[in-house]
Amino acid sequence: MLKRNGMEKGIESLLFISAAVAVLTLFLLCLFLFRDGILLFKDYPLISFLTEKSWYPTSINPRFGLQPLLLGSVIVTFGAIIFAVPLGIAAAIYISELANPRVAGILKPLTEILAGIPSVVFGFFGLVVLVPILQDALDLRTGQTALTGSIMLGIMALPTIISISEDAISSVPRAIKEGSLALGSTKWQTIHKVTVPAALSGISAAVMLGIGRAIGETMTVMMVTGNTAIIPGFPSGLFEPVRTMTATIAMEMGEVPQGSEHFHALFAVGSVLFITTFIINIVAGHIKNKYKFKL
Amino acid sequence: MSKIISICSIVLLLLVAIFTGIGCVDNNQNDTGEVPTTESSSITVKGSDTVLPLTQAEAEDFMIENSNMRVTVIGGGSGVGFAALIDGEVPIAMASREIKESEIQKAQQNGINPVEHTVGWDGIAVVVNPDNPVSQLTYEQLQGIYDGNISNWKDVGGEDRAIAVITRDSSSGTYEYFKEEILVDREYRPDALAQPATGGIVQEVSRNKGAIGYIGFAYLDDSTKAMALDGGEGFVEATEENILSGEYPLSRPLYYYTNGEPQGAVKEFVDFVMSPTGQAIVSEVGYFPAVQ
Repeated sequence: MLKRNGMEKGIESLLFISAAVAVLTLFLLCLFLFRDGILLFKDYPLISFLTEKSWYPTSINPRFGLQPLLLGSVIVTFGAIIFAVPLGIAAAIYISELANPRVAGILKPLTEILAGIPSVVFGFFGLVVLVPILQDALDLRTGQTALTGSIMLGIMALPTIISISEDAISSVPRAIKEGSLALGSTKWQTIHKVTVPAALSGISAAVMLGIGRAIGETMTVMMVTGNTAIIPGFPSGLFEPVRTMTATIAMEMGEVPQGSEHFHALFAVGSVLFITTFIINIVAGHIKNKYKFKL
Repeated sequence: MSKIISICSIVLLLLVAIFTGIGCVDNNQNDTGEVPTTESSSITVKGSDTVLPLTQAEAEDFMIENSNMRVTVIGGGSGVGFAALIDGEVPIAMASREIKESEIQKAQQNGINPVEHTVGWDGIAVVVNPDNPVSQLTYEQLQGIYDGNISNWKDVGGEDRAIAVITRDSSSGTYEYFKEEILVDREYRPDALAQPATGGIVQEVSRNKGAIGYIGFAYLDDSTKAMALDGGEGFVEATEENILSGEYPLSRPLYYYTNGEPQGAVKEFVDFVMSPTGQAIVSEVGYFPAVQ
């Protein structure tokens, strides 16, 4: 008995240490990110960082305007949502409600494989295949546009959206669906009016997580969006090259002198990115709780 | 439960064993590498990605000739190399641009005195799609294209087609060099496409009829067309002969920077790079020798 107690204590403390390490890592990450980011505002006013409309980090009079990068990230993510959410939810409904079990058994692992493909492969595919197609089809100046990035990001966010939505839909209690069918609704009416609304919290969380993945993606976006730091118009900006926050950090971090203004500016952009994803996660959690299906 | 604990301890033990193993290998190498009669030394070279392949090739041949020497080559960019030199981390920094005044000041504060060595030359080719009828540009035209004053090919004698201007990312030494040479005191047009690597420029230019970009000579092939440039003394074709003769305007030196005049192992390595053997390697890699 005593021995067993000791064992349990040991396991408990092991688990506690793991959790503590995770929290501590996150805390230190925040600390270093924000510390270096805030140093920018010693020499460069915060107001200019937020209101300046151009990003010229290596000019003689450097300008670090966040707006083109923030809006670039927003427009690419927005395009990805428009593309991925309907498709992802439709696929999730099909897999969990309509497909026969054998087909579903093939489709689900396939979407999971999609999630495992490295982003540089998606980027390469986008650059070599999608960019020329879009340029020719839409007669653009270049095919490296926000739209290209959106489509690639949409494809990459699909597995997240499909797999979490599918879990949510298939965990809707059978009794509810059968009740609906027993009242004389058709299969489609049941899905439309009962199953999907019941699974809404899970589906919303899936969408938010998909957005989180899209806004933080770097490699693919850097390869296919052209990286021009101008404020995109809407919706015309979808057909123009844009630069996202992540791509900026990835491209410029390589050769920036440590401790310089530019270095701190990249950390400041990183902090904004961190805050953005943090907010998205909070909203996702909130939605999940708010629409929690009460039985 | 006890199973989990035993698995954990086995994994831990394995990790410990692996790390101790690594330690042992390192020690052994040092022991065997030390020949009592000749002094063994190792130097680290860090900096420009443009100079990186050249230095790697040099280091390999240098180490074959001097088996007691060890040269480690690290990329990262010209700025990274200068930063490492200034901090006293490395004895040699590779660079595809000259050291800036601010960097010299920082170095002097740290008691470092950067000395420049030109180890080779690189040419920058301005490239367009092979289907583009335009095949020559003056500096003014090029500047107009890159600062945004010219945005259609018909303005420089081509088809009626929008120009897609491509640059490298702002941390590239090539980006800075091109800006200083062509744009002088102006900015790149804000809607220029920035590519994280030269390969991206080649890819876009090779299939976009309206695109224009700049790349190192080593990357030239049939998929793109190099423009003849007029830097004020008539159009010069972008060929190896014209770069070597200095007629082609967009050619730039590649540098090593050392702390003071090189001594000991550093001197041996720099001397090797500047020797006829070393300069032959420069040509092999795709650049042009500094010493004719």
